[in-house]
Formats: sequence, C-alpha cells, structure tokens
Amino acid sequence: MLEINNLHVNVGETEILKGLNLKINAGEVHAIMGPNGAGKSTLSYVLSGRVGYEVTKGSIIYQGKNLLDMEPEKRAGEGIFLAFQYPVEIPGVSTMNFLKAAVNSVRKYRGKKEFDAMEFLKFVREQTKILNISDDMLKRAVNVGFSGGEKKRAEVLQMAVLDPILAVLDETDSGLDVDALRIVGEGVTALRSSERSMLVITHYQRLLDYIVPDVVHVLASGKIVDTGDKNLALELEKNGYETYSEAAA
Amino acid sequence: MVAVKETLDQVQTVEKYKFGFVTDIEVDQAPKGLNEDIIRFISKKKDEPSWLLDWRLKAYEHWLGMEEPDWAKVGYPKIDYQDAFYYSAPKSGDDGPETLDDVDPEILETYKKLGIPLHEQEVLAGVKNVAVDAVFDSVSVATTFKEALSKEGIIFCPISEAVKEYPELVRKYLGSVVPYSDNFFATLNSAVFTDGSFVYIPKGVDCPMELSTYFRINASNTGQFERTLIIADEGSKVSYLEGCTAPMRDENQLHAAVVELVLLDDADIKYSTVQNWYPGDENGVGGIYNFVTKRAACRGKNSKVSWTQVETGSAITWKYPSCILQGDNSVGEFYSVAITNNCQQADTGTKMIHLGKNTSSKIIAKGISAGRSQSTYRGLVKMMPKAEEARNYTQCDSLLIGKKCGAHTVPYIESRNQSAKVEHEATTSKIADDQLFYCRQRGISEEDAVALIVNGFCRDVLQELPMEFAVEAQKLVGISLEGSVG
Ligand SMILES: Nc1ncnc2c1ncn2[C@@H]1O[C@H](COP(=O)(O)OP(=O)(O)OP(=O)(O)O)[C@@H](O)[C@H]1O
Ligand SMILES: [Mg+2]
Repeated sequence: MLEINNLHVNVGETEILKGLNLKINAGEVHAIMGPNGAGKSTLSYVLSGRVGYEVTKGSIIYQGKNLLDMEPEKRAGEGIFLAFQYPVEIPGVSTMNFLKAAVNSVRKYRGKKEFDAMEFLKFVREQTKILNISDDMLKRAVNVGFSGGEKKRAEVLQMAVLDPILAVLDETDSGLDVDALRIVGEGVTALRSSERSMLVITHYQRLLDYIVPDVVHVLASGKIVDTGDKNLALELEKNGYETYSEAAA
Repeated sequence: MVAVKETLDQVQTVEKYKFGFVTDIEVDQAPKGLNEDIIRFISKKKDEPSWLLDWRLKAYEHWLGMEEPDWAKVGYPKIDYQDAFYYSAPKSGDDGPETLDDVDPEILETYKKLGIPLHEQEVLAGVKNVAVDAVFDSVSVATTFKEALSKEGIIFCPISEAVKEYPELVRKYLGSVVPYSDNFFATLNSAVFTDGSFVYIPKGVDCPMELSTYFRINASNTGQFERTLIIADEGSKVSYLEGCTAPMRDENQLHAAVVELVLLDDADIKYSTVQNWYPGDENGVGGIYNFVTKRAACRGKNSKVSWTQVETGSAITWKYPSCILQGDNSVGEFYSVAITNNCQQADTGTKMIHLGKNTSSKIIAKGISAGRSQSTYRGLVKMMPKAEEARNYTQCDSLLIGKKCGAHTVPYIESRNQSAKVEHEATTSKIADDQLFYCRQRGISEEDAVALIVNGFCRDVLQELPMEFAVEAQKLVGISLEGSVG
C-alpha cells in the first residue's frame, strides 16, 4: 500500500530525513515514536506534499503510484489524510462549511455525488456524536479559539468524514485530557478497517492502549532505527531513546 | 455561509468575467461630446420641466470651472470628456416602454443572461419578492412590482418618471444631500444624469420587499451617469440593492453616479451594492472608471443608515459612501469589501460626519489585493462641536495575495467635541502558506482555498448583505480572485 525507499529530505539546506525506509500494508496500523526533532512531522509533511520539504533522494510509492508527483489536493483525493500536530486556524470560515467544502472536493475527485446541505448535515452528525463534538463547535471558525483538545477532536472528525485510505496522525493525543484521550482513541479505532492503514505518531504509550498498533517503529535522527511489535512501545516508555542515539550517529 | 461549497463549484464552471457580452440593438444616441446643447438634448429626451434643465445648466456652468480631483491614490490617463457619448438609449425605449411587451426582446434576453428577473413571477437568486428597476445605458427599461408597492403608498420608479409624476418630492430633495456643486464627478452627473431609481417610502411603512436597481452599460464609448434618490419618511424602513455589469471592451468607460438618501425621524435604510463592472483585462486594458458619490443624510432623530458594499469590478473605483448624522441618536454604518486583482485600483472608504447628540457610527472595511493591484481605504470621521457623546468604531483589515500588490490605509479623524469617542483598529495580513496547505491537504484546490479563506476574511461584511445576495457576493469573491495564486 505504502512503500518508502531510502527517503532523503531537505528543509532548506538541512537534511532532516536521511535514508528512511518504511512499508505499510493495507489495513495495518503502524506507530512511529522518537525524540523531539527526529523528523516525524517532516515525514508526515512529505507524505502530504507540503512545499519546502524537498526530496533529494529515494521514492514513495502509494497504491502503485508515485506519490511525489501529486499535488497535495490530489493526494487527499487519493486517500491520504494528515491529522496535523498543530491544526491551522482559518478565521471567518465555519468548521461546518470547511468540512463540507473538503468532503465534497474529495467526493468529486472520487467520482461520487456531492452532498447537498441537508445530506451533509445528516452525514456529519453521525460522526460528531461518536466524537462528542457539539453543533456549536461546528458553527465556530475552523480551529479559532478551540482548546488544544477540541482541535485534536476536530482533526479526528475530519479524518472520519474524509474516509481516508492512509491516515497519518501526528501527535493527535497531545493536549487531550483522559476522557478526551479515550474518546479520540476509541473514535480512531472504530475507523480501522482492512482497507485503511494508519501511521500514528506519538510520544506516549497511552494512546496505543486504545489504538493497538501492528508495528512500532523508532525514528531517530532521520531514520527508522528500530522496528518491533506493540511491546516495543512499552520498552521505550521505560528506557527512553538513549540507546538509539549511537545507532543513529 | 452555508452556500460556500456550491459557490466554489460554480466558481469553477464560470469564466473569468461572464457578464462581458454585448447586446446588439439599435440605439438612439446624442452626438458625441459635451456642451449645453447636449444637456438640452438630454433634458428634451426626458421631457423635463424647465426647473430641472436650469439646474442641469447651472451644474454644467459650475463644472466648467472645476478641476478633476487628483488626491486619490489612483492613476489613469487624462479623460477626454469630449470623446464620449452622454446619452444612449435602446431605440424602442425612447419614451419608456409601457409594458414588458414593448421592451426589445434582445434586452429581455440580456437580463435573462444576467440572471435578473424582469417578469414578476420570476425569482432572483432563489428568492421571490425582489422588485427590480433595470437601467440599460441611459434609460430605465423596466420596473417590476410597481403596482404591488403602490398599494402601500411606496413609490419605486425611474427618476425620469418621478420628475414628471412627483415633481414636488423630486424638487424638494434632489441635490439636497449632494448639491450640484459638490465635487467634479457629482457636478458632471448633475449636468448630464440620464436615469436611475427613485424611491419614496411613506410614514410608518416597512417596505415588504427588497428593492433593487440593476445597472447595465452596453453601448461603447458611452458614460453612464445615473442618479438615485431614496426618501425614507418618518418611521419607515427599506432595504435596497444595486448591481452593476458591463461588456468587456478595450476602452475605458466612465460611470459617474450620484446616490442621495434622505432619512427622517426613526427611518431606516439599508443600502447594499454588489459592484461588478468590467475590471479590464490582466494587463489593465479597458474597464470601467467608477467615480461615484453616495451620501446619506440622517436628518431625523433615531434614524439609521447602513451602507454595505462589495466592490469587485471596475478598473478604478473612487467611492466614499458617507453619512451625515444630523438627527440626535442617529446611526451610520459602513461595511465594505473591496477586492482588486490584476491591474485594478480602488480608493474607497467612507465619511461619517457627526452633527447630532449621541450619534454613533461603525466602519468595517476589508480590502483584498492580488496581482499588481492597489487598494486604499480612505476614511474620515468628523465629530462636530454639538456631537455630544458621539461614538465611532473603525476597523480596517487588509489582506494581500502575492508580492506585487499594495494595500494602504488613510484614516482622517477630526474631533471638535471633548465627549466624543473615536476608536480605530487596522490590520494587514497575508494568506498564510499553512492555511493554504491545510485546505489543500483536505482536498480543496488552491483556487477554492483562496476563495474560502477570503470569504472568511470578509465574513463580517458579507453577513450584512441581504441573505439572497450574500450567496452571489461569495461567488463573486471567488471569481474575482481567479488566477491570483500559483
Ligand atoms: N520549516 C523548517 N525550517 C527549518 N527547520 C525545520 C523546519 N521544519 C522542521 N525543521 C527541523 O527539522 C527537524 C525535524 O523536525 P520535525 O518537526 O519533523 O520533528 P518531530 O520529530 O516531529 O519533533 P516533535 O516530536 O518535537 O514534534 C527539527 O530539527 C526542526 O527544527
Ligand atoms: Mg512533530
């Protein structure tokens, strides 16, 4: 489904990813953990096509296609979704309208009929119930004045309505209180399916209690330096990343 | 805002300026040029009383001694006022068609293409009950719902007709807000104005439908000089909208309109404009010069006037809808979105003149500049000595798209009363890369993302428009910014 080979990425003059390899099969959930500044968010931006992240070497093949050739909106249409570590505010644009614009754009891309206002409202309500998101929040401008936890829940809502094939969640657990963590964790888990893969970036094992990963990777200094099953996350929580600093160097 | 998505889709399917076609009809034109005879010609065509001809001639006399203003931040080659036509009317419309059956089918077709209903059973933008006065070049070709409105005592008709039917009202108020000597363009208008709308709302009447005038410039080399006069008597209320389009032509055409609003005690006028004159091409060739004087006089106490404008068209916009807050407790509002793209120039804003006690005004101006365009907000807030406890709040926000455009804010504040309060806030921002990327990651194309973000930026103003026109305006925001990114 996704195959990253020897990926080198520069931001400006600095090389951030230095030969990263990663393979995700359909339906799998992979977790990526790693120290601050390791390049986790960088990887998420390269997957979603943000400008300024220059691939100098290597390839990304997504569903048999060269992902790096595609514009960000095309990737979204093809099923790539990124839950941002820092969701962006768009003043004056209600969350509802934004969602509708997004959903209808990808539906159009996927050759499905676009929703009218009534259909969309019904469709979105099914998801907001699960994620405990109020209608009031949907009326507010995108991420403007949202608390940290509200922003993250709104990201998961977007994931739910955009029906992705590969969802990248960048620290979706940060800033959540215990109840919100459970709601988000269960919400994401409910979206698991044999056709949907996930790449979950996190610093904490606790999210992985809800979203149990098939594979856990350690990303340090721009490379995957270790790979294991869910128990690797538990070990990391105990021992930290000390042991990897040499391996990466 | 619910309609943003439909809007975005429609934006994709229309071409850049979809109103740019020309209607091929026989016209009745005055000879080229401007002199007393031309003014007499216009006055005769309209079968005007002599007081009005005298007024026109006085204005012309005055105009000859005036200088074209050059203080606005706009540049254009000198206009040759002798090289234009000052009167152009469809042949059939010579003395005003009696019914729609008398209107040239080509013209009816034109309005159909523009989406403006001239049959009362048709609906405008999905809403019934919008009365329309359609002004085509120099004449009004049709006015709808006249009878239904007259049952309430409301007068809604072409001003040329009002001059004949209601001479006392016209004579009393014409030029009472914008005198013939006011400024270069208003004075020119006073001399040569051809048509426009006249509205009178009697005491205590809340106008049951939206009134609107749709201005269309069709003939080439012709200036449009319309004049609108709205009188809201004591305790009355009306919402009025004007829209404008013109064909795409390589030449610049002058549009110098005057709008006068009169409000008596407790009256309420909401005046909305969606201005979409042809803006010229990407290289700045052609387009309308939109030099307009609009002013409201809140003569009565507790009266309220609200100007809302969405200015997306014209090569040059020079326009400052103003409020004279004379009655105690009167309120003036100005909500403006001005979008400039390519080589457009806009110098627009408002004047709030506080004369009465406890008067208040609010200004929300949003300027969006893209391409190589220049946009200036120019506003004056003046607190006169008797304006006890008067208040003003002004907010000016500019949004820049790209690196070659400019946005400028020129607020003038003059306070001659200690108890008056004036507040001013201004911001300048750019569409952030992270906002664009966020939208695109969600599948929204770059162009749609810009339209969405700009619509969000303008929200405070767009929501002031009557609902049915807000959708139109949102579309226009998207269309007018096409090609501004990438
Ligand atoms: N736009 C940028 N300009 C300069 N340096 C950048 C830019 N973006 C990322 N970097 C650098 O790249 C490195 C990797 O950043 P990245 O955000 O991918 O780390 P991360 O693994 O997500 O860290 P965290 O756990 O703190 O979120 C950091 O050293 C960061 O400073
Ligand atoms: Mg990060």
